[in-house]
Amino acid sequence: MNDIAPAIELKGISKAFGPVQANKDISIRVMPGTIHGIIGENGAGKSTLMSILYGFYKADAGEVFISGVKTEIPDSQAAISAGIGMVFQHFKLVKNFSVLENVVLGAEDGALLKPSLRKARKQLTALSEEYELNVDPDAVIEDIGVGMQQRVEILKALYRQADILILDEPTGVLTPAEADQLFRILGRLKEEGKTIILITHKLREIMDITDTVSVMRRGEMTSTVKTSETNPADLAERMVGRKVLLRVDKVPAQPKDVVLDVRNLNVTDDKGVHRVKDVSFNIRAGEILGIAGVSGNGQSELLEVLGGYEKATGEIYLNGDQLDLTGDKSDGQSRRARGIAHVPEDRQQEGLIMDFAAWENTAFGYHHDPRYQRNRFIMDNAAILKDTQEKMDRFDVRPPNPMLAAKNFSGGNQQKIVVAREIERNPDVLLVGQPTRGVDIGAIEFIHQQIVALRDAGKAILLVSVELEEIMGLSDRIAVMFDGQIMGERMPDETDEKELGLLMAGMTNGEAA
Amino acid sequence: MDFFTFVQLGDASVRMAIPLLLACLAGLFSERAGIFDIGLEGKMLAAAFLAAAVSFTTGSVWVGLLAGIAISVTLSLIHGIASITFRGNQLISGVAINFFAAGLTVVIAQGWFAQGGRTPSLPRDARFGSVDFPGALTRVRDKMQASPGMQFYSEFISGHSILVYLGLLTVPLSWWILYRTRFGLRLRAVGEAPEAVDTAGISVVRLRFSAVIIAGILCGIAGAYLSTAVQAGFTKDMTANRGFIALAALIFAKWRPWYALGACLLFGLFFAIDNRFQNIQLQVIWIMVLLIGVSVLMTSWAARKEKIDLWVLGGLSAVLTLVALLAWRGAVTDEIGAMAALFETVKVPSQLIQSLPYLFVVIVLAGFVGKAIPPRAGGQPYVKER
Amino acid sequence: MDGMPKWADVVLVPVISLLLAAIISVIVFMAIGQNPWEAIKLMAYGAVGTSDFLGYTLFYATNFIFTGLCVAVAFHASLFNIGGEGQVLLGGLGAAIVCIFIPWPHWTLALVAGSAAAALFGALWVVIPAYLQARRGSHIVITTIMFNFMASGLLIFMLAGPLKPAGTMQVATGIFPEATHLPSLHDLAGVFGLDLFGRSPVNISIFLALAACVGVWALIWHTRLGFEIRALGRSESAAKYAGISAVNITMIALLISGGLAGMMAVNNTMGINSPQLVDNAAGGAGFIGIAVALMGRNHPVGIVIAALLFGALYQGGAELSAATSVQVQIVVVIQALVIMFTGALDEMVRSPIRKIFLRMDRSSAAGE
Repeated sequence: MNDIAPAIELKGISKAFGPVQANKDISIRVMPGTIHGIIGENGAGKSTLMSILYGFYKADAGEVFISGVKTEIPDSQAAISAGIGMVFQHFKLVKNFSVLENVVLGAEDGALLKPSLRKARKQLTALSEEYELNVDPDAVIEDIGVGMQQRVEILKALYRQADILILDEPTGVLTPAEADQLFRILGRLKEEGKTIILITHKLREIMDITDTVSVMRRGEMTSTVKTSETNPADLAERMVGRKVLLRVDKVPAQPKDVVLDVRNLNVTDDKGVHRVKDVSFNIRAGEILGIAGVSGNGQSELLEVLGGYEKATGEIYLNGDQLDLTGDKSDGQSRRARGIAHVPEDRQQEGLIMDFAAWENTAFGYHHDPRYQRNRFIMDNAAILKDTQEKMDRFDVRPPNPMLAAKNFSGGNQQKIVVAREIERNPDVLLVGQPTRGVDIGAIEFIHQQIVALRDAGKAILLVSVELEEIMGLSDRIAVMFDGQIMGERMPDETDEKELGLLMAGMTNGEAA
Repeated sequence: MDFFTFVQLGDASVRMAIPLLLACLAGLFSERAGIFDIGLEGKMLAAAFLAAAVSFTTGSVWVGLLAGIAISVTLSLIHGIASITFRGNQLISGVAINFFAAGLTVVIAQGWFAQGGRTPSLPRDARFGSVDFPGALTRVRDKMQASPGMQFYSEFISGHSILVYLGLLTVPLSWWILYRTRFGLRLRAVGEAPEAVDTAGISVVRLRFSAVIIAGILCGIAGAYLSTAVQAGFTKDMTANRGFIALAALIFAKWRPWYALGACLLFGLFFAIDNRFQNIQLQVIWIMVLLIGVSVLMTSWAARKEKIDLWVLGGLSAVLTLVALLAWRGAVTDEIGAMAALFETVKVPSQLIQSLPYLFVVIVLAGFVGKAIPPRAGGQPYVKER
Repeated sequence: MDGMPKWADVVLVPVISLLLAAIISVIVFMAIGQNPWEAIKLMAYGAVGTSDFLGYTLFYATNFIFTGLCVAVAFHASLFNIGGEGQVLLGGLGAAIVCIFIPWPHWTLALVAGSAAAALFGALWVVIPAYLQARRGSHIVITTIMFNFMASGLLIFMLAGPLKPAGTMQVATGIFPEATHLPSLHDLAGVFGLDLFGRSPVNISIFLALAACVGVWALIWHTRLGFEIRALGRSESAAKYAGISAVNITMIALLISGGLAGMMAVNNTMGINSPQLVDNAAGGAGFIGIAVALMGRNHPVGIVIAALLFGALYQGGAELSAATSVQVQIVVVIQALVIMFTGALDEMVRSPIRKIFLRMDRSSAAGE
């Protein structure tokens, strides 16, 4: 083993962003022809480390060796010529360019385009066949699905003759079936002698595909082990630094009357795409309905309609009264007034105003609340401040400073501010989208407990999440969405991840068999 | 209108269109790379001044042109430093550049020539003369008596400044650069998805600076053309908002070079009409048909939309209808009575005619002449994501 | 992100920006062969040297407070209303019509009606650009610039036609009736036996401007509407989630902005020594408002300070150009520099200061 140089070796990498130490003295060796997993919580520093390796950031200290040779990587160009390719979590593609143009961009052969494109087309076809990627070089990116877009990213790296491929959370946007296909491709690449680094927070993926795995926690590399010598519970403990409940503790639900009744809901977006197709379901008081599905299958639009800021056709009844879906009363204010609270999927873009102070964010959406007014015209900022302070204390938001701008809180604390604002209204219905995305495990447990507590208080809760574990753990009933439709409803204890995965891919049991 | 008038109008349109076209293409390169440039106006103005001043001082119009380009590129670089390097607000930077040029040209012109903020009139050899094609007639009297083909050749094809031909050549050249070269591919990419360019190992900063420099060069030529080819010297605010109209033309052209040519020729035609027909008279009935017709169309469109549309467009319609009625009322006198007044001709206010290009800009921007999708990353500074 | 104390953000950064603008202005003076020290002395004397000059400075400052507020309110909604110039002209038209065609018994009533009409006309002039921005996404900057030109066309048409008194040559309205003339501060000071501000036109509209500052402050930070304006300005997607109508708030913010610009006309028509509406009634004040708002950090207190500064600059510049061969456009140059440094190059000034404070933080932390 000692006579083969590692494909990549990092020694003592450190990186700070202002006062935040993102990477602390990290060392790692990845052998050629292996798949190496890096696992850690959100904010553990995985992405920063890989960005340093790809020349996106300059490390404050440390050295990089590629195939035994010390290499400086001041920019992405250097990383590419060192044979490193990267597939980012958010694809770096030009949406209105063709696949071919995207692959060629930055790897042209000369000042004129035509010869480069001609050459690339030939190679692309060869690569596409070799690795069974099935990519049409003339397709425009915005017209193809995410799975295909991801393969374009892989092609980009291969076209640049990358020997080392880094994939950052590659399965977040994929159905289980697409993820399986990706893993088959990665397997092929490994057989061809490529080295692959897989960054993920999903334990299952690490167990399924990697040869070795490194665990990161709070900017430090805590351990590196052979995958065959570990297990999920062990990895989870290494990630968090203590024993973790992989399940949510809750008593069986006691559903009562139907609170929210959705009938034949249809949503068509601005571009004329039919996003939600004839969706019907109901939620009873005291139960959590989980909606599973790969992102982009209509769940977001469903939340937006219920939250009042997307128009739809169909009928929605709240406690027997019909909601307005198109007119003057179809806005967030009216929904809140009717007792529908909403923790949105994207707290940075929707749930919070990042430049506003915490106290302003606490009033955000509820700024018409009579308790927040001094008189007809003037708001009672002091009352809002006091209310915020109380909420921050109850939800253990740190630092408990209501004057601090939202952007200065960590992801978990930001989410707590949003959840506190929505739950403390004691709503009849709570809409929750991706409640724990980008939230550390401690806060996840807390937020889950709050949601379950609200259910036990007899409220109806609609939970949308792309994390199957979260859906399975929290829901009392699970509906699966695919391509705007509800593929079916299951009870959590009568189903498993495999069955849900098939439904998420648009297949019912009969088809799969 | 005889054929020669028609040719003359076309000729004037081209002449008026050239500075718009150059500025429009300048905006095109800049915005395609993701940098809004509202400072086209200021760059043109600065170039117009320096080109005239240097042409006058050195006696060489080519040196003047270079000086114009140099100052315009300098302002472009300032815009680049503000909006690319320091990620400042591109609109504010552009506005600052416009004021800077508007003020400084006058102040410097006074300090330099002491003629009340303008340059002295340029002698013939310090200007761009017209290029006469072989066999083309040059005297207006000869042209008027020539055959239509000859009129077209002599007036429309021949006899423009070299910068006009150069300006027209920039259209195919821009197209070729944009769609047939590596630089063009990267330029288009950096305005759509700078992160894709960055991760492909190409410097976003360098690409964007190249784009603003190209914009500076084109604005420089446009400005020099105004003060050394169209007119013989610099006068205060001589660009007369062409920079802003070029931006509207750019939107109209959907950020494409050939469309830009069409859009600028159309605006050029507006200016040509504006110059030639200061005095337009219309029968009252036509004014009323036009205004009330527009009102009815607008209101009926708005009635099918939302409340706010009805309020605004309905209100505007009411104002237009009121204007139509006032025009009628104004034509009524005791002798002719109300009915006959409908067929009186009245003069359209010259201020209205002069406002037509601006009005057209607003209509273009309103998107009622086709929806335009700007480059996706336009106006946003590029920050690497954490 | 912040890493610097509030006083540095509010005071230090604008002061340094201003210094940078001043340095470049000095270079410009030297380039045109003017002794910068002499020029600055002349300008300073011209701005505050006599009671009369001070009055003019305050008069211009009144204008700039209104236009500065106009730009600032729009900025809070992340909108760039560059049409203040045209909105001022329309405001003037509104005030003139009210003053000329309605016989007011007393200036107090005329002031109320004139302000209302000026604000209304100013606001109406922004309706179309606002609507196009809100509903069609048309670029407010370009549309408002176009509306500036159309406003001056409309004004000249009105002044050369319907509003021109018979038998005069000037493109202007006649002098407004006596009862609409606003008392000047000179008259007001006379009541207390003081002789201040000479023949300068500074008048009681300055109190209207200060009241507008208080109003804007309360609006932006203490009302639901202000909350919604700021929320929309910071994050359109979040505003949508909260049920804040982007169309309505965009329209309302711009109407308020246009109304504030329009109100400037009260000072500039009813307030001047021989009250009338002339064809270049705005005199660039709409544009100076941009510099004032940027320098004043969109806060009324900052705007008052910046407006005083620009009032002094404007008045000083006028005196300078009267005394020397320097063109009055020097003021536009300085205004451009202020916009550049406080607006677009903000980060250039800010980031070294932030670094210094961070370093001081660290060294003091290390020292403990």
